[in-house]
Amino acid sequence: MSVPIDLPRWADTVLVPAVSVVAAFLVAGLVVLGIGENPLTATRLLLQGSLGSGEGLGFTLFYMTDFIFVGLAVAVAYHAGLFNIGGEGQATLAGLGIALTVNNLSFLPGFLLAPLGILGAAAFGAAWAAVPGYLQAKRGSHIVITTIMFNWLASVLIVYLLVNVLREPQSMNPETREFPLQSHIPFMHEVFAAFGIDIPPSQLNLTLLLALAACVAVWLLIYRSRLGYAIRVVGSSPTAAIYAGISPARVIIIAMVISGALAGGLAVNELMGYQHRLLLEFTAGYGFVGIAVALMGRAHPAGIVLASLLFGILYQGGAELAFEQPAITRDMIIVIGGIIILFAGALDGLFRRLVARLLPRPALARA
Amino acid sequence: MSPAIQLTAINKRFGAVHANRDVNLSVARGTIHGIVGENGAGKSTLMSILYGFYEADSGEIHVGGKPILIRSPADAIEAGIGMVHQHFMLVEPLTVVENVMLGAEGGVLLRRGEAKVRAELARLSRDYGLDIDVNATVEDLSVGLQQRVEILKALYRGADILILDEPTAVLTPPEADALFELLRALKEQGKTVILITHKLREIMAVTDRVSVMRRGEMVATIETAATKPPELAELMVGRRVLLRVEKSERVPGRPLLEVENMSVIDSRGVLRVANASFAVRAGEIVGIAGVSGNGQSELLEAIAGMRLPVLGTMRLDGQDVPAGEHNPHRMRQLGLLHVPEDRLRMGLVPSFQAFESAILGFTDDRKLGRGPLLDHARMIGDLAAKMEHYDVRPQAPRLKTSKFSGGNQQKMVLAREIERSPKVLLVGQPTRGVDIGAIEFIHRRLISLRDAGVGILLVSVELEEIMNLSDRILTMCGGQITGERKASEASEQDLGLLMAGVNDEAA
Repeated sequence: MSVPIDLPRWADTVLVPAVSVVAAFLVAGLVVLGIGENPLTATRLLLQGSLGSGEGLGFTLFYMTDFIFVGLAVAVAYHAGLFNIGGEGQATLAGLGIALTVNNLSFLPGFLLAPLGILGAAAFGAAWAAVPGYLQAKRGSHIVITTIMFNWLASVLIVYLLVNVLREPQSMNPETREFPLQSHIPFMHEVFAAFGIDIPPSQLNLTLLLALAACVAVWLLIYRSRLGYAIRVVGSSPTAAIYAGISPARVIIIAMVISGALAGGLAVNELMGYQHRLLLEFTAGYGFVGIAVALMGRAHPAGIVLASLLFGILYQGGAELAFEQPAITRDMIIVIGGIIILFAGALDGLFRRLVARLLPRPALARA
Repeated sequence: MSPAIQLTAINKRFGAVHANRDVNLSVARGTIHGIVGENGAGKSTLMSILYGFYEADSGEIHVGGKPILIRSPADAIEAGIGMVHQHFMLVEPLTVVENVMLGAEGGVLLRRGEAKVRAELARLSRDYGLDIDVNATVEDLSVGLQQRVEILKALYRGADILILDEPTAVLTPPEADALFELLRALKEQGKTVILITHKLREIMAVTDRVSVMRRGEMVATIETAATKPPELAELMVGRRVLLRVEKSERVPGRPLLEVENMSVIDSRGVLRVANASFAVRAGEIVGIAGVSGNGQSELLEAIAGMRLPVLGTMRLDGQDVPAGEHNPHRMRQLGLLHVPEDRLRMGLVPSFQAFESAILGFTDDRKLGRGPLLDHARMIGDLAAKMEHYDVRPQAPRLKTSKFSGGNQQKMVLAREIERSPKVLLVGQPTRGVDIGAIEFIHRRLISLRDAGVGILLVSVELEEIMNLSDRILTMCGGQITGERKASEASEQDLGLLMAGVNDEAA
């Protein structure tokens, strides 16, 4: 049953996920058909809404930025053999870190304040992930359980702080005052406008570049650095780590710290790039999407970029689709996303078998 | 009276391995019958056939004179056969009563069944002097008592014939003595006991008759009273010409590794190494011979710093190793390198590309890259050169580690450790699962390393390998070093006895 199926690398990293996505869309199409809508029309609307216009594309890339950060966060922990479910909580705390940094240091100029805000996000996200990491490493408390609990703790904590401590006295909304103007990360359309290029306005901001830089950094970390090597040894074979003199406990904590810092990128994009204040539930469940993104992307930064783009298209196109065809609600989009996760993650083996059978023999021969 | 068990012409093959070859065995009712043999001699396979884990390819089984088919443990239990495994099959969070009931609950509601179990357990305890608290949780019991629960389980299911597989492997000596008392009590009550072991001392102490297996065959069945350990050892090992690798005499130099009074306990709290003291000198191979599981692995891991010894001191090249520095990282820095026993779980990372596995333990080496980054081109070049040098096939540094054969994996581990010019090299089971061509290569490498002045500590369960390579041989049994011989003066028979815990005086 569990005989490993050896596939060439290109098939493993590109073909199998692609087949999974196509299969997921076919099944999702059946669901759309089932509620009496035309799947082809729905697909057209989905793609048009997400990629068909400059504005739509901007929104798609904005979501993609969120998903890259949380996907990387899950991936780094995954390489250490950890399942970090706590992206939501870590991003929430990162938002708090941003608000405390930029609102308290508002006298600083932008070129200092914005980086400090980003560091604040990373530090708070890292700290919130470090505690479950420590508990796993030193006390054996399962990381899945503790990170889920820390999600709840974070959401309760943020409500308390926004309602009782951080809210503007004259405001009725549980949110902080607006971040100082110089700390805002510029919108992409503003940047392009400065060069005389006109693109349609959207939420997309320069954080996208930070996300792409994070991809490169994570790739270097995991596949090219001494620390990443240690992380992967711990994730692949804890006994080999002990033999090699690598402390699994230390590596687990470090991996969680990095993971939490990356999850903080979600808060940077949403708050410093778009909302410009700390408010409730800005994470909107994207932390969980990160799990699907990392799974689909095989925990590799390149795969995560592609998977993030796919989920960006789904989120943006889905919103348009729900608007155009009221029979297809936003919940439907979540169903489609769920089907993709099911196919890409859980049913992976199914398609590996199929792909292995369809591939010509020589491609499967041992290298 | 017909024998309790009669096995006739049992054959069992696993692929190319003929694990049991025309095996005959007759066990008389009301006796304790020992079965001895080296690892892989086929003892466990034979007992697994009797207990229904495997089906024999051919052969007959008679129990109490009647021919029967045993297809599963349920059939065996039905026929009155019980088995106590080396690794207990107990549910640790449940109580003794609950464990005994398991699989024999007697209905939907537990109350009736439980009353019956309690009554029966009280009777069994009385009859056999089994002193055990039936309400205790199993995980709170000592290993010796857990074993009693296993025996109780078998007796409760009506076992007349009890098979014990290496029952003393996990026991302390007093616990082992208590077990033998119990076995004698069982015999007096008319039960039949089959005891599988490779400890000759136990055979002599408790059995009535003994059968010896070697390479899948039953080579002898003897009255215990009419034999002596040397005879059994010879039967077990068999006389064979050793294929010796060319090795010149060499006078060893200064002591490089000195271990004094080292004791090690494992994660279950069992003492695995007791008071080991020895030295390894420059240009010397010291072999540790012993039956698997007698503390050699733990000793090697403790010296390498992978587990902390509870007691004892260690010196490397004359320098004390403080407890705080006794970790694998520091040991490598000090020139103590380690070819671990289990290359797939420790020596390599199977899912890594070969050139990545080839730096395991040495990621801090400045030459492997700049700053925090590793230089892959360089790592690949290094491994390619080693592959050439050690004749690793295929010569593909980017291939996944798990795709290489055992021998080639072992060569890569050896290359990694040897090429870093160790002062002391720990070598565990260097040729386990390695094909014959590679064995000779590995042996020659180790000898040339010794000729270059390295101190080598070799642990192997292959006695032939130990005798072939070592200058000096230590034997371990039950965590203790039971003897020391110059390799030139040692005989297999002699070492076999020491490994079996029979000390010099008794032989």
